[in-house]
Amino acid sequence: MWDQEIRQMASSHAIMASGVFMATVVPAVLVPGFSVYGTHLLWLYSVAGAVAVVNITLFWLLGVSSPTKKHTITYKVSRLVRSCLYLLLSCLFFHTVVILYGAPLLETALETFSLAVLLTSLTTLRCVCVLGPNVQAWIRVFSRHGAMSVWDTSLQMVVGCSVVGAWLGAFPIPLDWDRPWQVWPVSCSLGAVIGYLTGLVAAPAWIHWHRKHLTYKIK
Amino acid sequence: MKRLPILVLLLWLCAMFYIGIFLFVGGFLLVRLEVNRTSTCGDVLLPGGQQGDFCQGQPRFRKAVVLIIDALKIDFARFDPANKEPRPFENKLPVLEEVTSSKPSHARLFPFRADPPTTTMQRIKGFTTGSLPTFIDVGNNFASSAILEDNLVHQLAEVGKRVVFMGDDTWESLFPKKFHRSLPFPSFNVKDLHTVDNGILQHLYNIMVSDDWDVLVAHFLGVDHCGHRFGPDHPAMADKLTQMDGVIRSVLDRLQNDTLLVVMGDHGMTDTGDHGGESQKETDAAIFLYSPSPLFPASPSQSDPEMVPQTDLVPTLALLLGIPIPYSSVGQVLLPLFPADSQTGGAPAGLSQTEALWINAKQVNRFLETYSSMAKDIPPESLSQLQADFSRLSSKYLSTVKEGRSPTPELVASLQEYLTSVRDTCRATWAHFNPAKMAAGIAVLACACVLCYVLSEMSSVLVRESGLLRVPLVAATVVGVCVAASQLFTQGYAEGSWCLAAAALSSEVLVLWRARRARKTTAAEGGEVAPRRGWLTLPRFLLTPPLLVLLLRCASLLSDSYVIAEGRVVTFLLFSLSLYVPFHLNWDGLLLPPVHDPLKPAGLLPSPVLSPLAVRRESSTFLACLGVLVGSLYLSLFFHGCREEQGSCQPSPFLSPLSRVQDSRLKNLHYILSLASLGAWTYLLRRWLRHYGNLNSPGGTVFTARWILPLLSVCLGLHWAVAATPEDSFRNLAELISLGQRALPRVAFSLLGVGLALLWLDPLTVFIKSRAATPVRGPVSLPPPRYRASTGISTQAELHHLIPQLYQRMRRSLEDGEPARVPEGGDRPAVEAYGLGTVYSAPVVLLCGLLGLGLLLLHPEGMSLSFLLLLLEMGALLQIHASSTTLKALQGAHSGGFSVPWTPVVLWSLAATQFFHATGHLPTFPSIQWAAAFVGFPSGHTGTILPASLVTLNTFSSHILFAVACPLLLFWPLVCEVRGGRGGRGGGGEEGEDNAIMEMRLRESPQQFSSALLQLATRYLFINGAQVFASVCAAAILRRHLMVWKVFAPKLMFEASGFLVSSVFVLVGVTLVMRVDVAVGRWFKRLLPDTSG
Repeated sequence: MWDQEIRQMASSHAIMASGVFMATVVPAVLVPGFSVYGTHLLWLYSVAGAVAVVNITLFWLLGVSSPTKKHTITYKVSRLVRSCLYLLLSCLFFHTVVILYGAPLLETALETFSLAVLLTSLTTLRCVCVLGPNVQAWIRVFSRHGAMSVWDTSLQMVVGCSVVGAWLGAFPIPLDWDRPWQVWPVSCSLGAVIGYLTGLVAAPAWIHWHRKHLTYKIK
Repeated sequence: MKRLPILVLLLWLCAMFYIGIFLFVGGFLLVRLEVNRTSTCGDVLLPGGQQGDFCQGQPRFRKAVVLIIDALKIDFARFDPANKEPRPFENKLPVLEEVTSSKPSHARLFPFRADPPTTTMQRIKGFTTGSLPTFIDVGNNFASSAILEDNLVHQLAEVGKRVVFMGDDTWESLFPKKFHRSLPFPSFNVKDLHTVDNGILQHLYNIMVSDDWDVLVAHFLGVDHCGHRFGPDHPAMADKLTQMDGVIRSVLDRLQNDTLLVVMGDHGMTDTGDHGGESQKETDAAIFLYSPSPLFPASPSQSDPEMVPQTDLVPTLALLLGIPIPYSSVGQVLLPLFPADSQTGGAPAGLSQTEALWINAKQVNRFLETYSSMAKDIPPESLSQLQADFSRLSSKYLSTVKEGRSPTPELVASLQEYLTSVRDTCRATWAHFNPAKMAAGIAVLACACVLCYVLSEMSSVLVRESGLLRVPLVAATVVGVCVAASQLFTQGYAEGSWCLAAAALSSEVLVLWRARRARKTTAAEGGEVAPRRGWLTLPRFLLTPPLLVLLLRCASLLSDSYVIAEGRVVTFLLFSLSLYVPFHLNWDGLLLPPVHDPLKPAGLLPSPVLSPLAVRRESSTFLACLGVLVGSLYLSLFFHGCREEQGSCQPSPFLSPLSRVQDSRLKNLHYILSLASLGAWTYLLRRWLRHYGNLNSPGGTVFTARWILPLLSVCLGLHWAVAATPEDSFRNLAELISLGQRALPRVAFSLLGVGLALLWLDPLTVFIKSRAATPVRGPVSLPPPRYRASTGISTQAELHHLIPQLYQRMRRSLEDGEPARVPEGGDRPAVEAYGLGTVYSAPVVLLCGLLGLGLLLLHPEGMSLSFLLLLLEMGALLQIHASSTTLKALQGAHSGGFSVPWTPVVLWSLAATQFFHATGHLPTFPSIQWAAAFVGFPSGHTGTILPASLVTLNTFSSHILFAVACPLLLFWPLVCEVRGGRGGRGGGGEEGEDNAIMEMRLRESPQQFSSALLQLATRYLFINGAQVFASVCAAAILRRHLMVWKVFAPKLMFEASGFLVSSVFVLVGVTLVMRVDVAVGRWFKRLLPDTSG
């Protein structure tokens, strides 16, 4: 019975991945002098924007998010405001974590914050789209029995892969190779995006592989 | 509990590590004593008997130009006209060939063989002192890199020659203020091919033309840097060599008749452009000698050496320039440069071959005598052989001279032979890695690591096993003796290290085998299938996140960049692992109280005892501690020092002692901050002890905690104040100040000693109050109190952690089977024991606190902030561990037993390394804080043991503190247990009582206690040992690396000494716990007849 859902997920993930791809290629064509290393922040924001747009559109079209109980305008508006607030807070949260990990406090604040924005668009945004603005639910979804649907499992994997990718991206920074991608935050954002893409590929594959063993509680 | 077997087992494990380290270091580090004597002009007397000054004579050359082209390999210097398609490094120095073939009596090109280690600094030392520098030249200049041994530059300056130097700035640090004029250029950036060379070329020709020099040394770095950056087979190398060709040509044009030109490389390079090791590609450089006046016999003869050892340059240059040969030179003069005896008449000045050889041999013999009287590392039999040779030769030579005969060629040959054999003997002693020993060391270390892991996983089984070590120890002795005997039999002498290696390996293998068998038998007893999974799934087992972090840490030791950035790398890993803890808890669903699902049938899960409130409280404690941990991790980054490799790095301002701060307001601020953190340290410790009721009894430990701890901190504060006083501001108090500088630290040391002694003699902090003695007041004593002292007894309201009725329980368990004689009633004798719940941890905490203050004394004042952070981080780590254990226990996920999982142990050990850096230390020799040796001894020491131990204590203070406090990881969850009990206060009384016994649980199951303690200690040793193993591997694999003597070898030394110190203090901690256990046992015994009567 999940075949359809898995197929749906695989195709939507393909669209998301192509969104990242387009966000790299289109500016390269349009903007003169664009390169991933040279104009890194531009690339970063274009990827973050593309991921955000694609995610929001897809999840809105698919209707994965838990159905709202109320349909009043005020409720929807408050949800929207809360979502934006949480996204902003998540940016600040990531910013703090990255600084605690050892990023310079002031000198590269813009770069650090951009990385935080990218991480937010890769992780928190998906949480908002799938689970709605509900921090409790976000925390609960990252536990062994926390996934309530195929989308929750994919959320676990994509978010995990992105974060681990960014973490791994920090590894080459101290090396003395003097490569352009060792400049802060290039390796981390590249790592995060590569991790995200890996998660997009891995999630449907893994679910397909384990579809016999997966059981979800009824919502 | 089993005390002795555990201690013996741990000791044996440590010994295995020590043997491994000893073997490896013995094969890897080349050690030589420096002889700090200098030759003088009066030493060098010719045998003719004529008195006088050697330096007054007319030297062969008045001036010399020494061009050192770093890494000028012999292949670069040779010219092969037949080679039509030269590679980038071939045929690029045609000038050498042109000159040697057109003027054969003026020039010669030789291969120039360097001695390992082939790194620039060691080589400069080598061809200026004529000795064979090793990694550690033990001398009194350990703190600075300046050469104190006798050398050419020193001798030249002594006779008043003007030495002008330009180029690689290493020279400037090796010979500070020795040059007449010096133009150093930065050598550190390997990627920079041109700065040094262009800098030299700007000045070289001008200086040559001017007359303000006698000896000119120019050290070009471009070729070497080009090799490091691109490798030899690169067009850039061709450009660089062509440039050098031009330089040599221009220098040749400007030479005068009385000038000697030496063009040489200090070492070669491998095909990848690296150097440092001992392969022929690295050791074979080129040397080119030229003079505008005839220098050599007309044509290359048979007597020309095929290869010139690097040490030979020193005596040759010295005698050609008319200065004494440096004292510790073991080189041999280059004979072709001296006229043979038959032609002496022709040569206007200078020495003949035999004379030169004789001076040379006399100097070498004198050095050999001095050295062998100082150090014993030259084998005695070869030493006596050499001395016999010399006395034979000298009598022969002297008689020849007396009779006025010209010396025979045989005499020349045997003098040469003597010099060669001296050099070979010295080289065999000083300048060779010993790969076999290194491999043996690595094998022993690897086995020890595996053993540590196996023992920690099987501690519960092995504790029951008795006599685990008996057979292996016997076998080790037998094997060791066998090896010694066979060595004696085959070689005539036994080498201790091989016997040790054989003994260690055999005992390790036997213990492994016995452990395996023990597991099989227990598995069979338990009726399980013989477990094979342990060995097969080991890799998967190792990949749990804490061990993965350890693996990353070990891998990071293999890269020089990571070692340079070690402080940040460790903080990064520590932060990652501590973030993993909450994620893991959340993944297991333990961080939040579970939602009650109304749909779920109630009986589906065996619902554990948990109240959402308790879980929530525990989680918030957990998160708060995580915050403290993260905060102290981040703040600790501000206390780091800087390595010279880290370009744009500012060392922490807290690292400089207060007396150096100029601004008085800043000084006061720093002082107040330091005092505040000192006060906080003392207050927090006392607060903790008081909170758990450990400050009541009149015993020694309590005395220490009540009086010695505060007194010690007062001493410290006063000492800082005295030390920071500017010398000139209180002139009339100068004597008082110097007295204070001497006396205050000594008082602190003795207080520390007294405190430690008291702690050892009487470690119990338990205060018994027999309630039977007081008149029983009905409403207060019924129901019997659980944790709260009844108001009538306690004078201090905070002393609420007493354990009532413990005695009852203990007696019941002791006389088990017997029915409790005392009826459950109001008039039973109840014993209240204050502080019994923390009887084990209180002495450990106190020891840690005392040691911390003592170690702080050895640091600059500003480090007290860092020490406070250390204490906070320790507390946070312990609390995180305790909270996560409690969370698991609350939700029924705890496996039982006291075993400490890997995560907190790895965190603990990483934190030790982190604070090594955060107390301003670095794994490099220049960063050792030598000032620590003078705390309390401002006028210096007479011996070496005391200052060495003070400096060691200073350097490894964080290792010491974390190692000593390691057993706390075992106790802390039990100490914090009471919290859960309070949470469940509404529950049954039985549960409350259970929770109140805290560390007495350990006494109730001594078997589990022993196994958990053994496991904890072996885990800690394993983590530290794995890091030592990794740095040993790094040193072994990368022994050819550019950075080996700068990064990896010092790192290895620091890691190994850190392990030594940590393991000793882990043993101290474990021993203290056992001492407490003995005391507690006695206490119970004393109590039993006392009250049952």
